Amino acid sequence: MPSSRKPFPFHIIVFLAPAVIIYTLFMIYPLLDSLRLSMFTADAGGQEVFVGLQNYQRLFTDPLWQPRILGALRNNFVFFGIHMLVQNPLALFLATLLSSRFIRGRTIYRSLIFTPSVLSIVLIAFIWRLILSPIFGKALFAPLGITLPPLLGEPATALPTLGLISVWQWVGVPMMLFVAALIGIPDELVEASRVDGATGWDVFWRIKLPLILPTVGIVGVLTFVGNFNAFDLIYTSQTALANPAFATDLLGTLFYRTFFGFQLQLGSPTMGATVAGVMFLIILLGVMIYLFTWQRRLLKNAVEM
Amino acid sequence: MKKVLLVLFVLTILLTGVTQAQDTVQLVIESWRNDDLTIWEDTILPVFEAQYPNIDVVFSPTAPTEYNAALNAKLEGGTAGDLITCRPFDVSLGLFDAGYLASLNDLAGMENFGDVAKSAWITDDGSDVFCVPMASVIHGFIYNADIFAELGLEEPTTVSEFYAVLDAIKASGMYTPLVMGTNDQWEAATMGYQNIGPNYWKGEEGRLGLIDGTAKYNEGGFLQAFEALAAWQPYLGDGYQAQTYADSQNAFTLGLGAIYPAGSWDISVFRANADFELGAFKPPVPDGQEDCYISDHTDIAMGMNAGTEHPEEAQTFLTWMTSPEFATLYSNALPGFFSLSNAQIEIDDPIAAEFVGWRNECASTIRSSYQILSRGEPNNETDLWAASANVLNLAQTPQEAADTVQSGLEQWYEPQMGS
Repeated sequence: MPSSRKPFPFHIIVFLAPAVIIYTLFMIYPLLDSLRLSMFTADAGGQEVFVGLQNYQRLFTDPLWQPRILGALRNNFVFFGIHMLVQNPLALFLATLLSSRFIRGRTIYRSLIFTPSVLSIVLIAFIWRLILSPIFGKALFAPLGITLPPLLGEPATALPTLGLISVWQWVGVPMMLFVAALIGIPDELVEASRVDGATGWDVFWRIKLPLILPTVGIVGVLTFVGNFNAFDLIYTSQTALANPAFATDLLGTLFYRTFFGFQLQLGSPTMGATVAGVMFLIILLGVMIYLFTWQRRLLKNAVEM
Repeated sequence: MKKVLLVLFVLTILLTGVTQAQDTVQLVIESWRNDDLTIWEDTILPVFEAQYPNIDVVFSPTAPTEYNAALNAKLEGGTAGDLITCRPFDVSLGLFDAGYLASLNDLAGMENFGDVAKSAWITDDGSDVFCVPMASVIHGFIYNADIFAELGLEEPTTVSEFYAVLDAIKASGMYTPLVMGTNDQWEAATMGYQNIGPNYWKGEEGRLGLIDGTAKYNEGGFLQAFEALAAWQPYLGDGYQAQTYADSQNAFTLGLGAIYPAGSWDISVFRANADFELGAFKPPVPDGQEDCYISDHTDIAMGMNAGTEHPEEAQTFLTWMTSPEFATLYSNALPGFFSLSNAQIEIDDPIAAEFVGWRNECASTIRSSYQILSRGEPNNETDLWAASANVLNLAQTPQEAADTVQSGLEQWYEPQMGS
């Protein structure tokens, strides 16, 4: 064998460079700097002083911070739970219906269901606030003989209501992903199982669902990341104070109030970075669990097949 | 050839544009008063710009609840406007201490303001004043006079008369007695608690008592004010828990409700939109009490960004703001914002004139949480918002709400500690 050393593959660097540079500059560097900032505190003169993990300790033990961060965490899991239990099964159900060849006008339904997710969140929040408003909503529902309770004003109902509004807006996205996966299933598989006497129910649970499991996993992770970064709907509908009485406070709104301040309360960049650090760790943990359990199992199955 | 001419033509237009821009200096005003945008652009600024054609002033407001946060971010980033609308007391003092607001000790025209007017924008030792006082706002109640006439009601002066009126409106079943919501929290605290409170805590006496540690939120007048606020709950409209400030303004303007707990700044909104007769009465006094107290809150002022590129032009504008001309223009363009200038000003709007007339009948005070008490964490003002909303939402009893506010204050404020 003639030992001719291959030339260094410079083209790889050239092709990788734009993505690596942009990603490092705008994602990795700010992330690391934010984590650095969370280990500092500002002294009386405005100078940053290194305090290690004291900010995190303060966030979880200080009587002022503890109820806020625990409340935001709890609400965030409820918010995530609503999406996992309502949005994703609903999306799967709709996708199964709308990928069927026997439903007429399915592209129209798909477009209609997808439409809310391209609307501005400000518009969504405004319209729903109007519909549920005690002043305008009253006029809207009075002809139907319905008196609407103040859904967005009661601590018990505000968060589930906002969760369902968010589901209404976003259900089209996982639906489209599921539709794409379902359409990709070869007809032979379905037909063969039909010949073997499988009912429609069997076909869905034994053939289709196992084949789109990778998509189910991706949708789950996207929901997780999206929900723990959620902020805009709560902010536009309930303000940064997460009314009523912090009942709709998510990590995102807590971060906003802490970092930027609110009304007379001034913001604290270091404590804000600490809240952001907690958000980052939670999301990192969730994504790791996904990568090391769900995706690894899928890969193993794929190899065995 | 045609192309060359076209290019030359475009170039000339661009160049003249540039030279013109060099002649006029643009000043940007940061403000939270987005309700007033058209009044500044159409009424106030043209008068100034006519006198100083080389200065172009732009009014650039942010939503009220966002203002402080947005302004801080802009100041830190060096992108804030040249003129900064000042919140009273600690917020602006913090900006001055951080070096973002310029000292205005030497500004021509500052002698047009008395010490009380300047008190909200001066350092604790009185050595530096950093904002030109613009206006105070007064709390009271605005009512729909058509509804009062229809139901044969009269303006209440005492608390028991107030409840009698509310009961009569409620019994009629046609109108919401009190138009107020708790969704935005500040509405409950500002229009509710700080509106009726001074009558219970004896105005300045109670407020200064909190500052020197002799008064507490969970006893005496401050507790009674929470109890009085809690008594409003049966008179609020359906779904008041989800009713925003804008909802309240709309509901009252549409004639759905009879009495609106008001800040005087609401007058201009109702003047523009309501097609019924308006009336006003001051916060009712507890039965048997002789003296009355009103919240006459030094609310708004204008300072100069220390980092402005046009300090001379900004000072020219601020000096103009100290003039009686500005005071008259502003007070009448925005009925309900009462100038703090020493100049005698005629107020044309009868409701606004009635509000400002209460200054002669009652003792004035400012909101209890603004001076000194909002310096620490938890923030006293934000605590009052939550407490007032909770009391009306029946989430806390008045005693529980008052205890929460008091313990918040005791966490960091020395004179209130260890007692």
